Amino acid sequence: MSTFWSAWIIVIFVVTVAGVCWVLVANRKVIVKEKPKDGEAPKTGHVYDGIEEYDNPLPGWWFNMFVGTVVFAGIYVVLYPGLGNFPGVLGWTSTGQWQEQVTKADERFEAVYSTFEGQSIEELALNPQAFKIGRRLFGNNCAVCHGSDGGGGYGFPNLSDDDWLYGGTPEAIEASIIHGRRGAMPGWLAVIGEGGVNQVTEYLFQIGGHEHDQALAEAGGKVYATFCVACHGADASGNQAMGAPNLKDDVWLYGRSPELIKTSIRSGRQGLMPAQKEMLLESKIRLLTSYVYSLSRQ
Amino acid sequence: MNELTAANTSPTYNMGVVKQFAIMTVVWGIVGMLVGVILAAEMIWPDLNMGLPWLHFGRLRPLHTNAVIFAFGGCALFSTSYYVVQRTCQATLFAPGLAKFTFWGWQLVIVAAAITLPMGLTTSKEYAELEWPIDILITVVWLSYATVFFGTIAKRKTSHIYVANWFYGAFILAVAMLHVVNSAAIPVSMFKSYSVYAGTIDAMVQWWYGHNAVGFYLTAGFLGMMYYFVPKQAGRPVYSYRLSIVHFWALVAVYIWAGPHHLHYSALPDWAQSLGMVMSLILLAPSWGGMINGIMTLSGAWDKLRTDPTLRFLVVSLSFYGMSTFEGPMMSIKTVNALSHNTDWTIGHVHSGALGWVGMISIGCMYHLIPVLFEKPKMYSIKLINMHFWLATMGTVLYIASMWVNGIAQGLMWRAFNVDGTLTYTFAESIEASMPGYYVRLLGGTMFFLGMLVMAFNVWRTCCGNPSTVDGQLVSSLAEGDKP
Repeated sequence: MSTFWSAWIIVIFVVTVAGVCWVLVANRKVIVKEKPKDGEAPKTGHVYDGIEEYDNPLPGWWFNMFVGTVVFAGIYVVLYPGLGNFPGVLGWTSTGQWQEQVTKADERFEAVYSTFEGQSIEELALNPQAFKIGRRLFGNNCAVCHGSDGGGGYGFPNLSDDDWLYGGTPEAIEASIIHGRRGAMPGWLAVIGEGGVNQVTEYLFQIGGHEHDQALAEAGGKVYATFCVACHGADASGNQAMGAPNLKDDVWLYGRSPELIKTSIRSGRQGLMPAQKEMLLESKIRLLTSYVYSLSRQ
Repeated sequence: MNELTAANTSPTYNMGVVKQFAIMTVVWGIVGMLVGVILAAEMIWPDLNMGLPWLHFGRLRPLHTNAVIFAFGGCALFSTSYYVVQRTCQATLFAPGLAKFTFWGWQLVIVAAAITLPMGLTTSKEYAELEWPIDILITVVWLSYATVFFGTIAKRKTSHIYVANWFYGAFILAVAMLHVVNSAAIPVSMFKSYSVYAGTIDAMVQWWYGHNAVGFYLTAGFLGMMYYFVPKQAGRPVYSYRLSIVHFWALVAVYIWAGPHHLHYSALPDWAQSLGMVMSLILLAPSWGGMINGIMTLSGAWDKLRTDPTLRFLVVSLSFYGMSTFEGPMMSIKTVNALSHNTDWTIGHVHSGALGWVGMISIGCMYHLIPVLFEKPKMYSIKLINMHFWLATMGTVLYIASMWVNGIAQGLMWRAFNVDGTLTYTFAESIEASMPGYYVRLLGGTMFFLGMLVMAFNVWRTCCGNPSTVDGQLVSSLAEGDKP
């Protein structure tokens, strides 16, 4: 902040507080005019619609409380940042306070996490202590989307089954957590039209072993072989390298009703798993990986 | 009492617009609080929205806040300020046509809000959600309001300006400034605009507005009400003129600084957070000045509390005012805020001000005002006022106590760590722990809402009923000086 604005802040703050103090002190009248004989406090003489006003003094305790808060404010802005660019004599900053707490926490918890160093994900998955910490990490960081049991939800993959979009090996799971994942199913309506969407849908029901319209499914097979095969594969078993789901295992991330499947084909789907690299320490990600890995092994 | 009071029902006063706003205060109070009760229920049973976007919590919540603050509170402020400014200036309203326009214009704003907010049209600024065409209408109505109010002050027949009018005046001026600055936006279509501010500056402008909506709209305006109706209903002089002077100037000078306490431990620079905090602490004494002046006005008339439930409304509202203006500065302290921020404690704090202070003082003033406006000796039933008083008081206490418990529980659960540095509780677990509090809050809110229905019945019978059916057993809710 420039010197001008710093001075501006200091001046208006000091003028405001000083002005308030002046009003307070100028109106401090401990002893009021002599009380009239009936013992009633004197009045100002104003009358508004029948309302009169007493000329009572400011209550003493209230006056003192007022002064007390002003004194506190004065001391506070000398000790802490407040007066423009003046950093305060204690040198406190909120960033500094945060950094201090993070450093303290890292030191304290390093001991806990260092005991797991050198263990493979498979080993960690069998370690009850690691499992416990992993479950907590999952509850804090993952459960909001994937559910507290890892069971997933609409648009959020189930992590407790054997079906993996990007692979269920320890390495694949760890990569998903560290770097995140971005699903990119394009919309096909403009290419294959509404007719094509219907045909492909019937074809998907056919290969999944469900009730279907034979003629439409046959036509859909041709459309599939032209447009879908590149990602989802000739046998529709998907491709984990690019996160293209298996289309015949009856697991539907965006719902299994014909209308929802048609919506996926028409407009595409853009799933997003955010990268955790910047948010979680490596040691925590390893425990989290082992926990997710163990979920699918149970 | 005074020869000027004889002008009570004098035709020289313009009471038409006062009546309109008074009736709408009751109507919008019921609407706004009903939406609040629905929201409290949705917190327990989210499926109550029936899957309809218009009933979703996120859309009804701004409807609730806008309805209670701007519709219920706004109508109460318009009504009482037009009444008080005329009576204490001994002058009829300046520009009566413009006054009429403020009524219809304000109702149009409210209806527009009630339509656009459930549709999901919002600027996303808290308490300033309305889109730009409505913002322009608000500005026009508000400037008309200022013209009528200050015009009436200008043609007053009294030499001084009564303290109630200082507060109403400060409220009108500050809200005009806050609204225009915070709502400055660039429209991209009829129903969408973007704020001219960005990032942290946008947040700071928003909370400069937001906290002063509390300070000037919900505090200064209602202190204006207090300064007329408390001495009137008690039939006693105001306790201390000096205290009025000091706490008025201190309140308006310091409140405007308090906004940054909404942004503690955020990207806002440390100096701004510190100044927001110390100014919030200094605000304690000026706020309590109003409470002291109101409550001490009763000295010598305490016995009236036993028989006059209207006066009870006014005094209890001042007690809640004192309590929430103590709580507010405490919550602005950074270390306390680190616990209370984002928890239900904030919701409880807001409602001890909104239900306890703003709601109850408005209700008390309406019980004083409505018989006067409709030229009845008193309200149809004093017993029903008493019943309303207990419903409102118990409802408020249940509401804020449950939110204290929830807020502190949430704050402690969110900051609890395991030995491995992970959080002990997930967010969902803190919601689960909050459920008992949500039930109690729903109960308290429902009681407050039921009180408003009792009031509506009482008001309807007072305005339209046969005067001979008034239950003459109980004391009049009117102060001595107001008896026609």
